[in-house]
Amino acid sequence: MHMPLEDTLGLNLLAANQHQALHNREHFDAWRLLCLNVMSSPGAGKTSLLERSLAALAPEFSMAVLEGDMTTQLDAERLEAVGVPVVPITTGRACHLDAAMVSGGLRLLRQQLDPASLDLLWVENVGNLVCPAEFEVGEHRKVALLSVTEGEDKPLKYPVMFREADCVLITKVDLLPYLPVQVERIEAHIQQVNPRCAVFQVSASSGVGLEAWHGWLRASHAAQCPAPEVSTAESLSIHSILVSA
Amino acid sequence: MHEVDMTKCLLLSMNQWKQQHAPVIPTVQQVHLQVGTFTCVEPDQLVFTWGVAVQGSWLAGAQLVIESLPLVGRCLQCNGSYAPSSAAAYRSPCCDQPMEEIISGRELRIRSVDYTLATTTPSPAMLPVQPHASAAEPAQLLPHPASPTTSLAAAPAA
Repeated sequence: MHMPLEDTLGLNLLAANQHQALHNREHFDAWRLLCLNVMSSPGAGKTSLLERSLAALAPEFSMAVLEGDMTTQLDAERLEAVGVPVVPITTGRACHLDAAMVSGGLRLLRQQLDPASLDLLWVENVGNLVCPAEFEVGEHRKVALLSVTEGEDKPLKYPVMFREADCVLITKVDLLPYLPVQVERIEAHIQQVNPRCAVFQVSASSGVGLEAWHGWLRASHAAQCPAPEVSTAESLSIHSILVSA
Repeated sequence: MHEVDMTKCLLLSMNQWKQQHAPVIPTVQQVHLQVGTFTCVEPDQLVFTWGVAVQGSWLAGAQLVIESLPLVGRCLQCNGSYAPSSAAAYRSPCCDQPMEEIISGRELRIRSVDYTLATTTPSPAMLPVQPHASAAEPAQLLPHPASPTTSLAAAPAA
């Protein structure tokens, strides 16, 4: 006679993905870089924003992009034109990046460069307001974009994404004069589901608000990757080599 | 349809759990999940995907039982709990505060597994025992591409 048994597991349903995400995160921490997971619906302006932010921040940060796209490499080509290393990750029919895909992207990235030389690693997720919210890739911060053309109610209709975000960028604000949309209502709706996240109004076209967003990035990088004493010693030794030469 | 990827993760965890009993392969009757309503999971789709994924594997016939946990928030003004709703913009009805703290509703948990272990005594007919040839195979997400009809035909009747 079989005795029915019950094992209490208490595991996360996505434990396998989380295990890989944690592994990615350990690499990021060892490389002393800040990893950002950038998410939005299709067409909210992730790639346009990255074009502007990569160009603006290139003088102060060493950066690379893991570019998630379902079928094409069009976005990757746009970002490569900015002069930043880009690894395209085509997901096929998958509607989000998962930790294993990002791990594969990291392997390709390491063929191009030493990730320890990076300050910021951008992961541009597949355009989708649902799935990416549940699949961590090892990121330190989640950034969600919402364009003003998508309507005021989206934070309430897709609350998990906006709840999970550390920073929400309201994009395309240069279009506000032409739309029956009140940006204050979008901000209020974000605040209902996530009172603690940072919210910025930006436009990649006009450049409005980018400086405030970049300020948040600088602060996040400083908090995640405080300047180590080791690097001071290294720079000193390099300095002494230069002096002695 | 990210429930497919979620099922893949679940199967990886189940395969790991199976190893604890090696070389005996447990016969799993039910896998119990707790899924909060404030997640991106559609329980019906998860059950459907699970049913397809376990066909022909050591988990064939195992039922996925999902307990849905409601979204419960805590109002930081009065410390009272409430049921946030999109109609009320997730604000607390007591003090009209935004959804600051979530007590429940974000769960994605494999709670427990009901199973039996084959013993030396012959098993009664009431408990289906998986053939060892298929039981030794790790659970695949989809039936083998070369023989989908065979896999479907071999699927046990519910």
